[in-house]
Amino acid sequence: MPEVAIVGTGQTKHAPKRPDVNIPEMLREAVDRALSDAGVTFAEIDAVCFGNMDLFEGLAQNEHWLASTFGAEGKPLVKFNTGGTVGTSTAMGAYYFAKAGLYERVLVCGFQKQAEGNSQGAITTVGDPIWERPMMAGAIGNHAVMASTYAADSGITEEQAAKVAVKARRNACLNSNAHLQLPDITVEDVLASKTLAYPIRMLDMCPTSNGACAVVMAVDGVAQKLAARPAWVAAVAGAHDQTFQGDSPKRMSEMRSLIQVRKKLYDKMGITDPVKQFDVAEIYEPQTYAELAMCENLLFCPPGGGGAFIDSGIPYMDGELPVNPSGGVLSTNPIGATALIRVAEAAMQVMGRAGDHQVKPDVRMALATGYGGNAWTDAMILTSERPS
Amino acid sequence: MRGGRGGQRVTELRFPDEPVFVDQTLTLEYTYGAGKEAAHYLAALKEGRFEGTHCPRCDRAYLPPRPVCGICYVECDGWVEVGPEGTITGVTVVEVPFVDPITGKQREVPYGFAFIRLDGASTNIFHFMNETDRTKLGVGMRVRPRFAAERTGSLADVEGFELIGPATGGEA
Repeated sequence: MPEVAIVGTGQTKHAPKRPDVNIPEMLREAVDRALSDAGVTFAEIDAVCFGNMDLFEGLAQNEHWLASTFGAEGKPLVKFNTGGTVGTSTAMGAYYFAKAGLYERVLVCGFQKQAEGNSQGAITTVGDPIWERPMMAGAIGNHAVMASTYAADSGITEEQAAKVAVKARRNACLNSNAHLQLPDITVEDVLASKTLAYPIRMLDMCPTSNGACAVVMAVDGVAQKLAARPAWVAAVAGAHDQTFQGDSPKRMSEMRSLIQVRKKLYDKMGITDPVKQFDVAEIYEPQTYAELAMCENLLFCPPGGGGAFIDSGIPYMDGELPVNPSGGVLSTNPIGATALIRVAEAAMQVMGRAGDHQVKPDVRMALATGYGGNAWTDAMILTSERPS
Repeated sequence: MRGGRGGQRVTELRFPDEPVFVDQTLTLEYTYGAGKEAAHYLAALKEGRFEGTHCPRCDRAYLPPRPVCGICYVECDGWVEVGPEGTITGVTVVEVPFVDPITGKQREVPYGFAFIRLDGASTNIFHFMNETDRTKLGVGMRVRPRFAAERTGSLADVEGFELIGPATGGEA
């Protein structure tokens, strides 16, 4: 089976609103940028994988009328609709297409235009209609409960969580595409922001964004012609958990699907010291506590060590393992594109095309993760060296 | 705003190249088949009992009930009574308005919201707490259900949970 690499990426400037464009126009901005970055045209694309959450804008199966937006006419097209993991699932689908040897160049794209929809209402329909929906409290209430369990287990303080919020929004200032850029934000600002559902405050939570992301993948032999330094897909893994939300005993503290994915990825790549072996990580952190819990689950620090991890400076832009130099989900969250942005940002770092938020010139190994509810984790490791 | 086709409102067109916005409402009516486990569970709840299904292989007691253990891939072999008391495994006080999925109206805030492990159950359920002072709520605290005065055989037969004592320091 051929090796596969990312050879181009494109994003919109993510924003609280995009009244100047409709959905196809917004999506096309990212698609055009990715095609241009990869130096290919629609005519050279063999297949398309598209990601978006149905219902969030009151739409379903919009790939029918968006096909020409991403040049899918006459080509195979698969739609991905998997919640927070949409973007990583979409990227993995494209990877499977190419890895199988079926297609040489695959376009991946996704979007959400939340200002025109009702995301929290749509998220309500995610819960089981009988057992879960009557008591649902939206993404925020659910995350607050998870954060409370994690805080009780790890002893993390509100100040340590707030540091994650500060890191994200300051990193975002170096990323021209990021939505929430707050150069002067402080820990005190985070702690003074409105409590949504304790311990989650306004600045602990990701924003609702409007935007799109696209990526071009190509197989061995083609990839090297399209990019001087392709970002090779060295390992992918996905895992599911639970029937109901309360099945996972520790929820975020021991996120079983993320731990399963970590084991698969680290086994394949021989990773025993992730902080030393990864050059950068773009992880799907919907809120501040989640980033630290995920860092524990990814063994960036020992179990219960999330608070000490952020205190240590390791995950900062100039630290040993920068986590989310793009500003992460905490700064940009157009849901159907969010996890694809993690993949694109990891690829940009490997390709040396991350601009002002490039962590170092020679990024050799990058991790990108996606997170859907508490149940689903997808992740991908990208390398500068072609896997052998 | 002006009236559009089919009763939709469309924003005023000011410039030919400026997008217009069309207001849309999506109302869905549907019937959901909840299965025979729900029938059994709700009948027990009407009598004031919590019952879960039991896996003969791993001995887990599942709440919500289900016919098959998803971990062992074997059929559950019957029902076990759990609770009614339990332990908080995660808790918050929601202060941001959220549309109640059942009524379609905004739920009054603040309200307590918790994950609860009923005694004898292997999984957590989530429900409302009747306490809205977050400083009085914490992981590990003991709770009991507050049943509705008139029970009809629905999840609403339990109005919420209330604290019955201090933290046990037990499993979270």
